[in-house]
Amino acid sequence: MNRWQTQPLLEVEHLTMRFGGLVAINDLSFTVGEGDITALIGPNGAGKTTVFNCITGFYKPTEGRIALRHGDQSIWSELPAATAASGRRWAKGENSLWLLERMPDFEVSAHAHVARTFQNIRLFQGMTVLENLLVAQHNPLMMASGFSIFGILGLATYRGHEKASIDKAKYWLEKIGLTDRADDPAGDLPYGAQRRLEIARAMCTDPVLLCLDEPAAGLNPRESLELNTLLRSIRSDEGTSVLLIEHDMSVVMEISDHVVVLDYGTKISDGTPTEVKNDQRVIAAYLGVADDEVDEAEAEVAS
Amino acid sequence: MTDASAPAPTPIDWPRVLKDTIVTTLVALAILTPFIGLVTVQNMEHKLVLATRWPLLFWMVAIIVGGRLALTLFVWNRPKKEKKASSLALPPAVEKIAAPFFIGLLFAYPMLILSGLGAGGSIKWIDNFGIQILIYIMLGWGLNVVVGLAGLLDLGYVAFYAVGAYSYALLAKTFGFSFWVLLPMAGLLAATWGVILGFPVLRLRGDYLAIVTLAFGEIIRLILINWVDFSGGYAGISGIPRPTLFGIPFNASDTGFAATFGLEFSPIHRTIFLYYVILVLALLTAFVTRRLRRLPIGRAWEALREDEIACRSLGINTTNTKLTAFATGAMFGGFAGSFFAARQGFISPESFTFMESAQILAIVVLGGMGSLWGVVIAAAFLVGGFELMRDMDFLKLIFGSDFDPTQYRMLLFGAAMVGIMLWKPRGLVSTREPTAFLKERKSVSGSHVSEGHG
Repeated sequence: MNRWQTQPLLEVEHLTMRFGGLVAINDLSFTVGEGDITALIGPNGAGKTTVFNCITGFYKPTEGRIALRHGDQSIWSELPAATAASGRRWAKGENSLWLLERMPDFEVSAHAHVARTFQNIRLFQGMTVLENLLVAQHNPLMMASGFSIFGILGLATYRGHEKASIDKAKYWLEKIGLTDRADDPAGDLPYGAQRRLEIARAMCTDPVLLCLDEPAAGLNPRESLELNTLLRSIRSDEGTSVLLIEHDMSVVMEISDHVVVLDYGTKISDGTPTEVKNDQRVIAAYLGVADDEVDEAEAEVAS
Repeated sequence: MTDASAPAPTPIDWPRVLKDTIVTTLVALAILTPFIGLVTVQNMEHKLVLATRWPLLFWMVAIIVGGRLALTLFVWNRPKKEKKASSLALPPAVEKIAAPFFIGLLFAYPMLILSGLGAGGSIKWIDNFGIQILIYIMLGWGLNVVVGLAGLLDLGYVAFYAVGAYSYALLAKTFGFSFWVLLPMAGLLAATWGVILGFPVLRLRGDYLAIVTLAFGEIIRLILINWVDFSGGYAGISGIPRPTLFGIPFNASDTGFAATFGLEFSPIHRTIFLYYVILVLALLTAFVTRRLRRLPIGRAWEALREDEIACRSLGINTTNTKLTAFATGAMFGGFAGSFFAARQGFISPESFTFMESAQILAIVVLGGMGSLWGVVIAAAFLVGGFELMRDMDFLKLIFGSDFDPTQYRMLLFGAAMVGIMLWKPRGLVSTREPTAFLKERKSVSGSHVSEGHG
């Protein structure tokens, strides 16, 4: 048995998203295992980013359930009860379930601790690298500053928290190798560094699940390798599960434990990288031929 | 480029210069003849008749043509120099000395003026220049939170100024509360109105937000005009109680300020007192704004200006963040408004027209969005400039005795705007100071900083 079957962290069930008459995602179900790096792949326009937007609350799905677990596995048995109730969170003891499709975007990040990055990098360009990482720690710092009241008065409790948040930013700067550029504006960084910074910024929100939208896009081979190392370390050192959309197969096949393949909004394959690589339907989707002509097309490519 | 150190001026192309001069003359004549050359006046029989002002028209056209000719001959034909990246932003070390020096100067200002000009001559300088400029500096700093930091274009800021002024005027006249009780209350009421306005409109962005805030400013003004029972309509409210110094009024009575301290009564005492009140209020605004910028809420405002979607992906409640920006800005506007009412003793809706909003916004934009120093410079230039125009009597010698320089304040305003657009499109202080740093504080160039989308 695979980890995504025995220890699911996120369960996406019957997810459907329609934009008017266009069905962007059609009855998609998959799970993300705790501690896995899960890749969501598919040809252009397959609906991968739409799935991300549904999970992170930027879109409200037309149908379906997206459930995230905090705590241990036993809470999954409560899922029907959680769905029947009206709230967005269902707690039992220390464990809880979050129904992400019911939550607005900022709460998905603030309370359910699902962080994301964007396909076209969205950094705060005019703020320094350090400030970008501090903005990501907004919610805990806001509490510490007594919703700005202690902060204006300059009380020591807030200063302590601020120092801790700078230390955390330093830790991530060290990790992505940008300590020397901490005081430069984020817009000044080279492209690869901006990608890494966006990942570090997302990690500063203490996520349990990190959703990366094409983190390797526009990176050179060396930077892709560094990205692999960073993602592996996020999984092993921070214990954060990763869900990523990627076109770069060297990244996908190298680091992912679980691959889900979408085509025209429908899941066509789901399994380990090796299984997916050999799946006829996946090959057909990528090469663009009908299922029964795959052998022919493959032979043609091989020759 | 053979010799970069001494580039020869390009030879003057006389036919082109002549053609340019003729075109300029014709354009100036075409534009100015209907506006300046012709004027309608009422004659003895109360009929409108057309009069002409040819000498004035001549001088105006002469200035325009002469100016353009001078630019063509002496400025535009010079070879382009490499532009140095200059900025008015003070380095932190300089600011450490400059700020206390500047504040000290502001505190000493009334005394310096008083010793120089005596009680009679200094009222104008303390009231028109000191207090008036400080009110606009404070309003500029308040609006700076909304426009400069959070990037929300607010064209109806004067509404909060009006709410503050009317709150003070009505509550003081009806219930007899003192200025010091009503000052925070006026701020709170204005902040409440900020939130009330904010809730429905903050879903809007960019131009739409600007239009709705503009409308809000007008709504408040029209309510004040039309709800006569409440606000007195066009007549306004007069006889507003003046602020006192811990209960000591500034009047000629036996319990007044002058009698209590054994001084000879003079209206300048109240003026100086008001000057210090607005100075302290303005400094409070600056202090709070600076602190807020370094707090998570201030960083969230700036992050919101940079990228709202990224903010939401980081768990920032953008609605609340925008509302706090609106409320904070409105609160400072309310403080300034209640001070305005207390200083004037009389308020009417005329003081809260769209022109006021435009002027405050112009101060923020000219100063450089988000910069406290820039606002100070821009306010001193614009407001001080308008006040100076009142004194330019010598212009009457040139343009005739019925020339009123104050009517041309919009000209100064427009010239300042055009100048800034040409030379400093991001405002006088276009760099941004980071709110936290690891090793050294480096200013962020204006080209990276976004202006906000609403």
